[in-house]
Parts: sequence; C-alpha cells; structure tokens
Amino acid sequence: MSHHAEVHTPVGGRLLTRPFVALLAVAGLGAMVALYRVLFGIGAVSNLSNGYPWGVWIAIDVVIGTAIGCGGYAVGLLVYILNRGQYHPLVRPAVLTSLLGYGLAVVAVMIDLGRYWSLWKVPIYVWRWSHSPQLEVALCVAAYCLVLLVELSPALFEKLLTGASEKAQRLARSGLRFMERNFVWVLALGLLLPTMHQSSLGTMMLLPGPKVHPLWFTPWLPLLFLVNCIIIGFAIVTLEATFSAVAFGRKRETAMLASLARVAGWVAVGWLVFRVAEVTLAGELGLLASGYGVAFLAEVLTLLAGAVILLSARRHQATWQVRGAVLLLLGGSLHRINTYLVAFRPGAHFSYFPALPELLITIGIMAAEVAIYIAVVKTFPILAGRAPAASQA
Amino acid sequence: MAVHRRAVLKTLAASGVAALAGAGKASARALRPAPPGAMGMLYDTTLCIGCKSCVVACKRANDREPDPGPFAERIYDAPLDLNGRTKNIIKLYRNGDEFSYVKQQCMHCLDPACAAACMLHSLQKDPVTGVVSYNPAYCVGCRYCQMSCPFNVAKFEFDKAAPKVVKCELCRHRVKDEPAKGADGFTRYPPGQGPACCEVCPRGAVIYGRRDELLAEAKRRIAASPGKYFQDRVYGEFDAGGTQVLYLSHVPFEAIGLPSLGQRPIPEVAYDVQEGIYYKVPFVAPVGLYAVLAFIAYRNRRAGSGETGGGDA
Repeated sequence: MSHHAEVHTPVGGRLLTRPFVALLAVAGLGAMVALYRVLFGIGAVSNLSNGYPWGVWIAIDVVIGTAIGCGGYAVGLLVYILNRGQYHPLVRPAVLTSLLGYGLAVVAVMIDLGRYWSLWKVPIYVWRWSHSPQLEVALCVAAYCLVLLVELSPALFEKLLTGASEKAQRLARSGLRFMERNFVWVLALGLLLPTMHQSSLGTMMLLPGPKVHPLWFTPWLPLLFLVNCIIIGFAIVTLEATFSAVAFGRKRETAMLASLARVAGWVAVGWLVFRVAEVTLAGELGLLASGYGVAFLAEVLTLLAGAVILLSARRHQATWQVRGAVLLLLGGSLHRINTYLVAFRPGAHFSYFPALPELLITIGIMAAEVAIYIAVVKTFPILAGRAPAASQA
Repeated sequence: MAVHRRAVLKTLAASGVAALAGAGKASARALRPAPPGAMGMLYDTTLCIGCKSCVVACKRANDREPDPGPFAERIYDAPLDLNGRTKNIIKLYRNGDEFSYVKQQCMHCLDPACAAACMLHSLQKDPVTGVVSYNPAYCVGCRYCQMSCPFNVAKFEFDKAAPKVVKCELCRHRVKDEPAKGADGFTRYPPGQGPACCEVCPRGAVIYGRRDELLAEAKRRIAASPGKYFQDRVYGEFDAGGTQVLYLSHVPFEAIGLPSLGQRPIPEVAYDVQEGIYYKVPFVAPVGLYAVLAFIAYRNRRAGSGETGGGDA
C-alpha cells in the first residue's frame, strides 16, 4: 500500500436496517427450500426433468451468476493489463462483487448437484480426470474463489490494523506485506482463471450440440462467452458503483463511469458484430423467422440498445449510465440463458418452466448476494474514499 | 503509452486466436472403431409385436421399481418413457395407416457424448465390450451426461434424496463367463447372462451378439428383401460415429425417435475446441497466458506505480 494515495473506508452505520432484514428474510426462505430439497430430492422442489436436466439454477445462478462475478476480471484487465490506472477505485468493490457472484454460484451448484457429497472427489481424484470442459470449469471456479479471497484479503488486514489487538495488527502487517510483494502473481492468476473457465462455459454447450438450436450452436461459443462476461462485468461494476454512491451517500464516480461506459460500449459492439457476422456467414439468417429468431433478436437488440446509449453523449449522465448498464446486463444474460435453456431442445414432449420453490432458491441466492455485499461494505474498507458524516440505507 | 497498449492488445488477441484455432479448422478427432469384443443389439421393427416382454424382463433383471405412469389405477407398470425406473421401453409410432413399434434403450455409442461429458469417468466405455457403464462412486449428479446424450437416454432419479443416473448397461451385471460363438453364428453369453430384453423376446425382434455379427445379419436381411427397410440401411452403422445398438426400420428413422445426427461423433466439436486449447500441447496455453499476464501487469506496475497503485487487487 506504500505508493498510492487511495484510501478505502468502511461505510459504517447500523447494519439491521429494514431493507437489509427484508433481504435476509428472502434469503432465509430460499435456504428453507434448499433444506427441503436436501431431504426430499431435486424433483420435490423443481420442474427439472429428464428432458431438461438443467434449469434456472444452472442457467441463472451459475452461468449468469459467474458472469456477474466478472466485474473484478473486467476491471482488472482494464487497470492492470491495459494500464488504465484511473479506474483503480473501482477494483476493490468489484473484487468483492466477484467473490460474492462466484461464491454464491458455488452454493447454487451444491444445491443443483444430485450427489453433492461426492463433489470433493473432483479436485482430489486427479487420476480419474477426463477432458470434459465441465471439469475445467469446476476446477477453475474453485481455484478462482480462493484467488478472489486472497485478492480481497487486504481489506481484512486493513480492518485488523484499526483494531486493538497487537497480535492481529502484526498479522495484518505481514499479510499486507505479502500481498504487496506477491501481488502480480496473484493478480495474473485472477485474470487467467476467468479467461479459462468463462470460455469453457461456452465450450460446455458444444457437447449437447445436436440439441442446441443452430442460432446458438457455433464452435465460437467459447469466445462469445469470454467477451460476454467482460461486457456483463463492466455493466455490474457500473451498477454497483452507482448503487453504493446512492445507498451510502458516497461521492458519485459519474465521470469515471462515463469513460468506462465507452469501453463497455465498444466491447459490446465488437461482440455484436462478431455474433451477427458469425450467424450470417453460417447462412443461418433464415432461422430468424421463428420463435428462436425472436430470442436471438431480443439478445442482440437489447445489447445494441445498451451500447448505443453508452456510446452516445448521454453516458455522461448517471441515469443513462444505469440504463445502459442494465441493458448490457440484460442482453449479455439473455445470450447465456438462451444458450443454456431457450436454445436447448430435448424434444417436443418435454417442456420446462421453473417451479415456484425452484425460483425461491434462485431469488434467495440473489438476496443473499446483496445482503452480504451491504454487510461487508459497512464493516470492511471496500469502497474508495472517506465516509461522509452521515450514511443511511 | 498508446503504442504500448496497442502492442498488448495485439499480443492478447493473437494468443486468443491461437488458442481458439481449433474452433475454425476441420476436425482432428479420429473416428473410433468398435472395440475388439464390442457387444451390441439389433432391433428390427418389422419383427416386433409390441408385447413389452422386454420391458418387464429389463425391470426384473435390473431390480427397478414399477412406474405406474399417469394411469389412475396405479397398479400396472406403465411407463410412458425412459426414466429413473425404466431402462428399456417399447413405444408406438402411428401416422395414419403406417405404424411401428420401437424399442428404446442406451445405444452404446462408439464415441459416447455422456462419457465425454463426465468429469471423473463415472460413465465410461468398456475397452473390450464397448458397454457404456455407470459407476455411482464418482458421480456428483451434475447431469451433464443427460444434457449431452443426443438420444435422451441417460435418466436421473429426480425423486430421490440420493439419486443416481439410470441407463441400460447391457445387463453387464449378469455376465459371469466369457461369451462364445454359438451354432447360429452369434457370439453370446451362457443363458441368463446376456441382456434380459434380448433373451426374453419371443419374436427375435431384438437379438444380441457381437456388433460385427449383428451388422452382417442386418445387411443380410436388407439384401434378402430390398426396399423393405427404410433407406436400405442400418441405423447405427455410421450414425453419430457409430453405435453398438443397431436398428432396422420399415418407417423413417426420425419417426421412431432415431435422429439424423450425421456420421461424426457427437463430442467432436466440443473436444476439438477443448483439447485443441488444453491438451494438444499440454499446459502451454494456460501457462503461456499466465506468463504474459503476469509480465504485462508487472511492467505496468513498475512503469506507473504512482498511477496504478499496488498492494491490493
């Protein structure tokens, strides 16, 4: 921490506010459904079937959830690889969002796995490893969660420094020194792992190829998924920074987010050009005249609308930044849910729409994500800048 | 700085394109031949009378609970489809005057997508008999096998707290002795050790034996009655890279649930990408990318330490 002027401070304030308690209640409801699922099986709480073995838990909580967890990755690439130091204040809260996104995706996986008690064997039984793209995703996600914890550890150490205990302060100082020295190695791992598993999340849907609609089935899925997670990452960082500014009365980062908007907008345009060109070159434009065409257009046009907003002069206004980011988040997520769920066609006699308890788990996980974010930001030095005199929410 | 940034972008783009090169080019995955002792089944729609003896025999041999299906009495075993209790089923296809029964169970693909999907080889293909078997000891219940099977064969016990994957394993649990060639020219196990469905079929509509013998028998039937069978061909000889369960049908294959999958193995595209990036030259892509990222971050940090700051991520 020797050479930069940036200061992170906890927001402070009362933790058990009314919105926070409401979030906890929603998360608790999800936890109760999860307990029921453990006792009585996946079929007891979900509409998953032998035709649609994967539903919202995988498509939303894991596939979109980890993309939401790519805020740290997207900003990390920008700050440390493209050397745009001006975005540095966004890094630490983005890494927290990433840790929550990934951590809760792992929780969702545990709920979704039929035989979760065997999961520990996956990293241990090296001699049984296959070349399955899902194995790569599983190992990389697990490793990335650890890396995110390490990346966020300075927040814990700084917190300990302000404490009374002499021992804790010594530990904190050596921890900070370790991070200072080894920062580059940890950081590079934190950028490598998402590159690997976010692309592999695309590769994964190549194996069910014959059942995936041709508008989504392309050998370029890994590249589409990789860039997609960067778009969603930028969108989440924008939303999270704005939320923190409004909810905790911090200084708005409107100017910084406006220039970030330009980067996000161009990445989205690049993705769109590639997506549409690939479908065109594959001669699949004729498939647009169908329900699947509507899903394809929804994904492409939503993203396009977001990009147009963020590349226009309106990006200098905070309201339009949020609108643009929401559209990028929606459009990017649509591509993911389309690839994993909408484009998946197991046969006409199967259908899927999530059951209420199934959705309660998904919503509970989202609520937990926001609740933990609020609690951590209030307790630990995550957000940049000094705390204002009075903070609410 | 701008020049530097452009160089970085170029390096990243180049390594990205190199890593994904497998995606663009023609397939490298070799067709897998049938294992030396590949066992299989041959089903002939023109012989099946839909008596479902095979369904009953399969349930008994595999110790599966009855599935009453949607019927109000709930006293019969009447499954509508393969499911967690049903590894083998007879279905009826009807279109005007045209109709056909069809038997459905695992196809025992030569290059099975379910096994390619499986992380710890819970599903794997026997190197000798080619049977695609399931071992719950290494199964985490992720159901990626179900997603990947183009025939929708792998099933899951969604109604259980400790579920397993359920699929036909060619009654491998009954086998005790080596198979031997019989008088009829088919290599079989002693009675009671072969697939229960084939042993019980009263019409010989489904028979088992070595895949090459069954293929020859199927071609003999086609040659004996040209025009009788759809496209005068055996489904599974080449479909999806070849399967060990073969079908002869008098109605279109698609109509009885045998999809047009082409002749390439299902895992081909995914594995060309995945193995192209990670396994063709092991470690190089991830380690190389790691080195590039670390180097750039290190240089950036040194060059503009005041700007980027350090100590935390």
